[in-house]
Amino acid sequence: MKNVISIRDLSREEILHLLDQGEKIEKGELKPDHSETVMSIVFFESSTRTRFSFETAMKRMNGKVITMSGTKGTSVDKGESLGDTLKTVANYSDIMVVRSGLEGTQRYASEIIPIPVINAGDGSNQHPTQCLLDLYSIRKTQGKLDNLSIAVVGDLRYGRAVHSLVYGLSHFSPKLHLISPDFLKIPEYIKTDLEDKNIEIHEGSDLSEVINKVDIMYVTRIQKERFSDLDAYERVKNCYVVSKSMFGDVKSNFKLLHPLPRVDEISTDVDDTKYAYYFQQAKNGVYIRQAIISELLGGSK
Amino acid sequence: MKKERKVDAIKNGTVIDHIPAGKAFKVIEILKIKNTDMISLGMNLPSSKHGSKDILKVENWELSHNEVNKITLVAPGATLSIIREFEISEKYNVKLPPEVSGLIGCPNKKCITNEVESISRFYVESDDGKKMRCHYCERLYPAESLNIG
Repeated sequence: MKNVISIRDLSREEILHLLDQGEKIEKGELKPDHSETVMSIVFFESSTRTRFSFETAMKRMNGKVITMSGTKGTSVDKGESLGDTLKTVANYSDIMVVRSGLEGTQRYASEIIPIPVINAGDGSNQHPTQCLLDLYSIRKTQGKLDNLSIAVVGDLRYGRAVHSLVYGLSHFSPKLHLISPDFLKIPEYIKTDLEDKNIEIHEGSDLSEVINKVDIMYVTRIQKERFSDLDAYERVKNCYVVSKSMFGDVKSNFKLLHPLPRVDEISTDVDDTKYAYYFQQAKNGVYIRQAIISELLGGSK
Repeated sequence: MKKERKVDAIKNGTVIDHIPAGKAFKVIEILKIKNTDMISLGMNLPSSKHGSKDILKVENWELSHNEVNKITLVAPGATLSIIREFEISEKYNVKLPPEVSGLIGCPNKKCITNEVESISRFYVESDDGKKMRCHYCERLYPAESLNIG
């Protein structure tokens, strides 16, 4: 594995290998050391969680981190081309994590720079490391990945975490309930890809219809920043709010996941229930990112 | 009686026939035929199969299958004949190649290919051209919705 650009590039075996490595790191059975290594974080879009998660992952392995977060005050602001920025930063580092609003930026980066590239989100396309930590969290809470019933709720149109997740899950024969307002349905091309892989999909807009049937409910934020029409955002922003009162008849193994940040789509009264898993999910991101970085730097030792 | 030719026969070179009427200029553009190359062109000629068609004859140039296959995007159903000494030495129907580089503009405005010039690559995921996938933004498009050339 040279880069992690899209979850579509990874086989079932590669995904499971990374999850296994992450698990060993969490249990302390594997302690990768990258003390001679510099990781660059090149984020053309802002981020809190993903950036901290990558930084923590690298620092836990004794590595060094250099960071560009947002373009304000950087050479990009002065008019430097994307390609020049990437090539320059590649000279200062051994592995690069890139986030960009332009879809395919990391694929392009991997073609013009000689060091491994990790995609930390490209527009509405992919967020493969989020997907891997989601799969890790699902496996950890359910004890397995195959044949689960999973509801994905919220912004399925623009949400790159959702797009990566459904492709990642497609290796594990899930039953997918895709719950969104009509305006935010999953893109047709992704549906076509899932149908080509014979994945069972049920589209709907009412989460109360599925909450008692599923093992996992993956809720996402309606992302204001992806809307060009703010009126359209106002119409759908509070369409789903998960609250404690909805958990009366859920399955005993039911868990609620969210890539975070959350706004209003999960009430805070859910946080203390046994079903809430989103903060642990974010913590799992560090183990899985340690596993990914180590794999790209030549395999976890 | 000998059938009358609307476009003169060539001695050596390539004939591309059954181009949909009106698409011949696009084919010339895709094949990067230069204004110094000797070509004969017939447009809106009667066709028993399609009503009307274009035909293009390129003198002294044997186009490779790969070169010509790119035109399938604008001229599905076209045929390619290699001519040697006025005789057809090879004939085949064009078909989409497995991937097409540098020819298609991605319709996704947020795709990196619309920011960085001169990168473009599409994978042909179905022979009928209904599924063309951008190598960069990974979206699927039918060939008819793509900006070719």
